[in-house]
Amino acid sequence: MTADSPLPALIEVNGLSASYGHVAALKPLDLRVEEGEFVTVLGPNGAGKTTLLRAMSRLIASDGKIKFKGQDITAVPTHRLAKLGIIMVQEGRGLFGEMTVQENLLLGAYGLGGSKDEVERRFEQVFRLFPKLRERAGQVAASMSGGEQQMLAVGRALMAGPKLLMLDEPSLGLAPMVAAGILDTLGELNRGGLGILLVEQKAPQALKLARRVYILSSGYLRAELPAQDIKSHHDLARYYFH
Amino acid sequence: MTSRATISTKLGDYGYFAIALAVAIALLFAWVFIKGGYLLTVLQLAMIYGVFCVGLNFFMGYTGQASFGQNAFAAIGGYGSAILTVQYGWEPILALVVSMAVAGVAAVVVGYPTLRLRGHYLAMATFALGLITYDVSVQWTDLTQGYMGYSGIPPLGIGPFTVEDEKLKLICLAIILVFGVWLSSRLRHSRFGRALRAISSTELGAAALGIRVPRYKLLAFIIAALYASVAGSLFAHTVGFISPEVFGLQMVVVTFTMLYVGGIGTVLGPAIGAVIASLLPEVVRSTGRFQDIAYAAVLILMLIFVPKGLSTLGSIGRRRAVKAGAEG
Repeated sequence: MTADSPLPALIEVNGLSASYGHVAALKPLDLRVEEGEFVTVLGPNGAGKTTLLRAMSRLIASDGKIKFKGQDITAVPTHRLAKLGIIMVQEGRGLFGEMTVQENLLLGAYGLGGSKDEVERRFEQVFRLFPKLRERAGQVAASMSGGEQQMLAVGRALMAGPKLLMLDEPSLGLAPMVAAGILDTLGELNRGGLGILLVEQKAPQALKLARRVYILSSGYLRAELPAQDIKSHHDLARYYFH
Repeated sequence: MTSRATISTKLGDYGYFAIALAVAIALLFAWVFIKGGYLLTVLQLAMIYGVFCVGLNFFMGYTGQASFGQNAFAAIGGYGSAILTVQYGWEPILALVVSMAVAGVAAVVVGYPTLRLRGHYLAMATFALGLITYDVSVQWTDLTQGYMGYSGIPPLGIGPFTVEDEKLKLICLAIILVFGVWLSSRLRHSRFGRALRAISSTELGAAALGIRVPRYKLLAFIIAALYASVAGSLFAHTVGFISPEVFGLQMVVVTFTMLYVGGIGTVLGPAIGAVIASLLPEVVRSTGRFQDIAYAAVLILMLIFVPKGLSTLGSIGRRRAVKAGAEG
């Protein structure tokens, strides 16, 4: 929790950096998401946005410190992060394409073990948000449209009962209307108290939802500022091409 | 009372090809039963290979890993049963269970360090395991009797009841295979099975959902080893003789063929592949000196036209309303 922040930090990273071989994809940076906060990370292609989320999810090796609710999780393996409530929706959705919608959702609730009542409750929660998933429960995930797959990816993440939801470009490859629908749902989830860290290239709607914005470019953190301070593409371009 | 319409709907759910296949297999069994002779032995071996392949499917099909060394665990089962029954006079069923336990422990010891490897590295490590086991079975003559192998292995049985009749042997082996397939189906659709299939799709994605990938890979490896051990023991008690060649490289090639012809990753594929690939040499035998070419040609044609395996043909004629995830 920072001195100027009224909310406790849900997740806080300090000096986080990552490399692919000898290529430094992410230079040391600090970032935090507070309880119930919606934070957006913006940046052009190759800015290091995906690397940032992968490093925070421990999917790739990184340096620096990561704290979740005050607990140091730097050395915690990926599979235990899910149990803590840190869930990531990967770029390209990361669905299990040959499995059905229902099976994908059940895998989202993997950490619940055999608690059938709780699984049912979460199914209902997901189906309320995305009624189409109920209709498609028996359909193979790979056979659905891009928008439906993105709904499934978010739905699967919600099945895990996340405290922090990290999403890597959920609007990628989707029609504007469909992408807007997905982002609206994220806004609804955030109003329900869920902490969200959204990585996006398309700024306008992501900025409407976010309270704070981090701007990445060429692996460097260029700025951290309130979302309302970015009024136009020119404001962003100023940071991108710093 | 069940109406004709209800029966028709249920049959339609399975797909007409699957129904035709089931009828064909039933007729085949009936014909072999009446005719007896050599084909009886061929089908017995098909059932045994089927058990092996159903187990291998856990590791290679459901979990998406590569193993060229499961024959090592079949050797443990085969030699375990042979040594314990012939040398020490144990009950065959007890020898089978103890051999399974040894194979399970061996799988843990070998799998724990090996399964940290991926892809080609894992394939090579498991291949080495098979070669080492073959070498041990040849060189450690005090234990294995080397190339001479073991003969006079008693048939399966419990107490005074022994399965000596060839037809009864086939029935018992078929029951064991059906049980193995049923268990495989139950596990595939369980939380455990879904986790294995998630690993097969993407290991990082599975880990991000909280699945302990190394532990599940090891469990799949152990299950495959247990099935292989049972297959090895069944071979010893059915044929009555084993030698290092039985569990050699040939076994790896044959079982891979069965797995891919039947349909890797499916529930019924390994069993179907075992039956088809066992019977195929008998079918092409009439081509005389061209039988190897004919055998290879048929296999290649199958893999070209049914690349996901014969069991996936089960969806032909299946009603559209059926869940897409269900398979044959």
